[in-house]
Amino acid sequence: MSMNKTGRPTTPHGDYAPQSGGETFSGSRGLAQQEPLLSEVGALDKCGVDFAPLPDVTPRLGGMERTGEIGLPGLSEPEALRHYVRLSQRNFAIDLGLYPLGSCTMKHNPRLNEKLARLPGFADLHPLQPQSTVQGALAVMDALSHWLKAITGMDAVALSPKAGAHGEWCGMMCIRAAIEARGELETRKRVLVPESAHGTNPATAAECGFTIDQLPADASGRVDMDILRQKLGPDVAAIMLTNPNTCGLFERDIRAIADLVHEAGGYFYCDGANLNAIMGKTRVRDLGVDAMHINLHKTFSTPHGGGGPGAGPVVLSNRLKDFAPLPYLCADDERWSLVEHDADTKEEARPFGRMSAFHGQMGMFVRALAYMMSHGADGLRQASEDAVLNANYLLARLKDELSPAFDGVCMHEALFTDAFLKDTGVTTLDFAKAMIDEGYHPMTMYFPLVVHGAMLIEPTETESKESLDRFADTLIALAKAAKAGDRARFTNAPMLAPLRRLDETRAARSPVLGWEKA
Amino acid sequence: MRYLPLNDDDRAAMLARIGVSSIDDLFVDIPPDARLEKAIEGLPGHATEMQVERDLTALAARSLNAGDAPFFCGGGAYRHHVPASVDHLIQRSEFLTAYTPYQPEIAQGTLQTLFEFQSQVAALTGMDIANASLYDGSTATAEAVRMAMRITRRNGCVLAPGLHPHYSDTVRTAVHAGGGIVEALTPAMGADTKVVEVLDENTACIVVQNPNVFGELVDLDPLAEAAHAAGALLVAVTTEVVSLGLIKSPGQMGADIVAAEGQSIGNGLNFGGPFVGLLACRNDRKFIRQAPGRFAGETVDADGKRGFVLTLSTREQHIRREKATSNICTNSGLCTLAFTIHMALLGETGLRQLAKANHARACQLADQLAAIRGVEVVNDSFFNEFAVRLPMNATKVVEKLSKKKILGGIPAARLFGPGGFDDVLIVAATETNTDEDIDAFAKTLREALQ
Repeated sequence: MSMNKTGRPTTPHGDYAPQSGGETFSGSRGLAQQEPLLSEVGALDKCGVDFAPLPDVTPRLGGMERTGEIGLPGLSEPEALRHYVRLSQRNFAIDLGLYPLGSCTMKHNPRLNEKLARLPGFADLHPLQPQSTVQGALAVMDALSHWLKAITGMDAVALSPKAGAHGEWCGMMCIRAAIEARGELETRKRVLVPESAHGTNPATAAECGFTIDQLPADASGRVDMDILRQKLGPDVAAIMLTNPNTCGLFERDIRAIADLVHEAGGYFYCDGANLNAIMGKTRVRDLGVDAMHINLHKTFSTPHGGGGPGAGPVVLSNRLKDFAPLPYLCADDERWSLVEHDADTKEEARPFGRMSAFHGQMGMFVRALAYMMSHGADGLRQASEDAVLNANYLLARLKDELSPAFDGVCMHEALFTDAFLKDTGVTTLDFAKAMIDEGYHPMTMYFPLVVHGAMLIEPTETESKESLDRFADTLIALAKAAKAGDRARFTNAPMLAPLRRLDETRAARSPVLGWEKA
Repeated sequence: MRYLPLNDDDRAAMLARIGVSSIDDLFVDIPPDARLEKAIEGLPGHATEMQVERDLTALAARSLNAGDAPFFCGGGAYRHHVPASVDHLIQRSEFLTAYTPYQPEIAQGTLQTLFEFQSQVAALTGMDIANASLYDGSTATAEAVRMAMRITRRNGCVLAPGLHPHYSDTVRTAVHAGGGIVEALTPAMGADTKVVEVLDENTACIVVQNPNVFGELVDLDPLAEAAHAAGALLVAVTTEVVSLGLIKSPGQMGADIVAAEGQSIGNGLNFGGPFVGLLACRNDRKFIRQAPGRFAGETVDADGKRGFVLTLSTREQHIRREKATSNICTNSGLCTLAFTIHMALLGETGLRQLAKANHARACQLADQLAAIRGVEVVNDSFFNEFAVRLPMNATKVVEKLSKKKILGGIPAARLFGPGGFDDVLIVAATETNTDEDIDAFAKTLREALQ
């Protein structure tokens, strides 16, 4: 054993067991800190905020004073910092490692965008200040609109939708309004939705009062054209198609699909969740699309934040743009204004209504615009190319050990089935949980629904080749271990995460949705 | 490009491994005449971090920031002081750059904070349970109405005369599309009790805001009683949740569902978004089954340790598809985090003090404005916002004030459209207002009215 001059050992000494494990007294394990609930560490009389003395006034509460305890535990500032920093360390995140959630586009979130979104000239503006005092914010909305229209080739953009599903609803409401204007609302009720679609698509169409007719995929993972032809008719309002689709494939018959739907008198709604694959490579206008939402939190890298906030602007064709919701932006020679009321609309405009209280997700607009300006037209095209290249590289590296769902190349995400796990006793879920022990966030599991035991891998363009190689090496090693009969590695996983597998049935059967009241 | 790690050598090696000769071989499925051969025209090329910062900072400088003027706007968005530690914590990579917690073993940070958020929202609103957030208060109100319609199996709703008109419009748009019938009573002050006069056997719910859009405090108790007697539910709406530190909660007054805007706690004005929608309700199986959005719930792991998961998801779109209770997926994750941290810093005593400070500043403002000749404070009661009647067009007054760098409230016509309320100004005061702010506002308003 080595020691320094004061007798402090400077190498591990011989008494250490090979791997230190077992339970600790505190419940924490080294850097993995245990953290109780806020209701257990906080107290009703603790506070982390100081207040100035109040002016002396006569209250005007009209006898509505709240009496009794509210039940809100508080913390001093140092206690709060510790509570939340400890909790943060129980999360996986993009900044910690590859996060290959297919269809979610977990790409790097530039910090410049965070800084700019916090400029008081954007963050400290009230939505109903006089419009003459918010020209900078309106200019950002106009610039963002310009970029989105240029990238998609579309004629107009509605900025107010607050997330992807809200954007879907906006687009489908425009379609509904257009059908109503044609006097066909009672007859055009059916919306065609591929079975590979995100669940939001059928849910959205139903919220707009449409009925849903499911379109099966063909053997290549794309829309079955024969069945599409059979299903089209005078009662079809629209098709909702994701492109590239959720199998990671470009719908190569997309122009024919658009033509068929249009000939039948319907509209083409495109789910833009996977726009990241095609920026600068094609424009959705040229594919025959009438409306498409854009998830700024996917393609344009506004942070996912543990489940939002997002933003879902919708680009519209000439056929639909008059139906865009209130409020909308008007530009007149470097002066911008918002149209907020039906009474103020121009003659041709027939907004379908209002989607929310204010004008959209300004904080996300700034971030997305900064992302676009940083990339430029050349960088956006390069980003899509690299996203597709990275996915195909993983597909090439993994195809012999895992089971690709379809032959040929993919777009920005690669879909596998669980065929390679046949007879191993390991499921897609087990395989995913074993990835956690290897330091990776699992891929999207069991989606899309069109293949068995789906594993959908989207690396995004912000992974290096070295990172992809390490990831592929790990997945190959895991696949080999499963096939070699090392079942326990999977069925017991995760073993190295802050918690083992959680009992979801128990959570749903007797729901506990808040802490016990003190 | 600084965000793209691949270099040309990497790209060449990867194409070779894939077995194709060029990147375009990976894009062969795009119809040939729809392919772009080069970068989109009419857009600039890539830019340095310095350049982007310079360009956007120049745009930011073209507005009058709320913090740079005596500021008295409310109307569903309120300016409060957010402690510095809130913004620091929500920018932790592990919170900021995580996705929806679909893998609970490595998302306990997000899940536990959501569970704590739900608990706080339930306590604040006086309800039993709350969900993990919706987009904002207006969409939460629309969701609450649709939820009430499913629970009662009725398809009508009545909107109170004091409901924020943008909320009314949001509800009308959403509910109408699904075949529901919305009766929105003509906007008016002191008229919210009228909702009970139009209740009938088709009414699923009445929707009443408290404090209402004019800042008036509304006793929900008799309205709840009348709704329940007619087999309908009371959906209570709050756009200023700080008020709940001082005035009776909707739960204490018989509300069945609460829809609220949570922006005031932890979140800035952000020109209207992102905000955070709150939804709380009674702990009743029928209610829970019909609720929109996500819930975090407590459970145990394989070793018996306490942990949290997303639960009751058989209501949601990714499972139920067209039969889902809502199409919502992404909600307001990071805004809920900001909310829950700020609320933890306040705690019970802090929230009460914050609410008192808001009310005190508003009383001070009301007294000073009422002293101006021709200005009438219309409200009998209020929390931190109230309506004043001016001797001239309020929109013109607000424009004049803004030229003097005072953001002096919201003309009611901005909310309701022209006609009807042209001389009404809705003003709000919060703990961020100083004596000097209020003096400057009163002085400048007096001058503007001369």
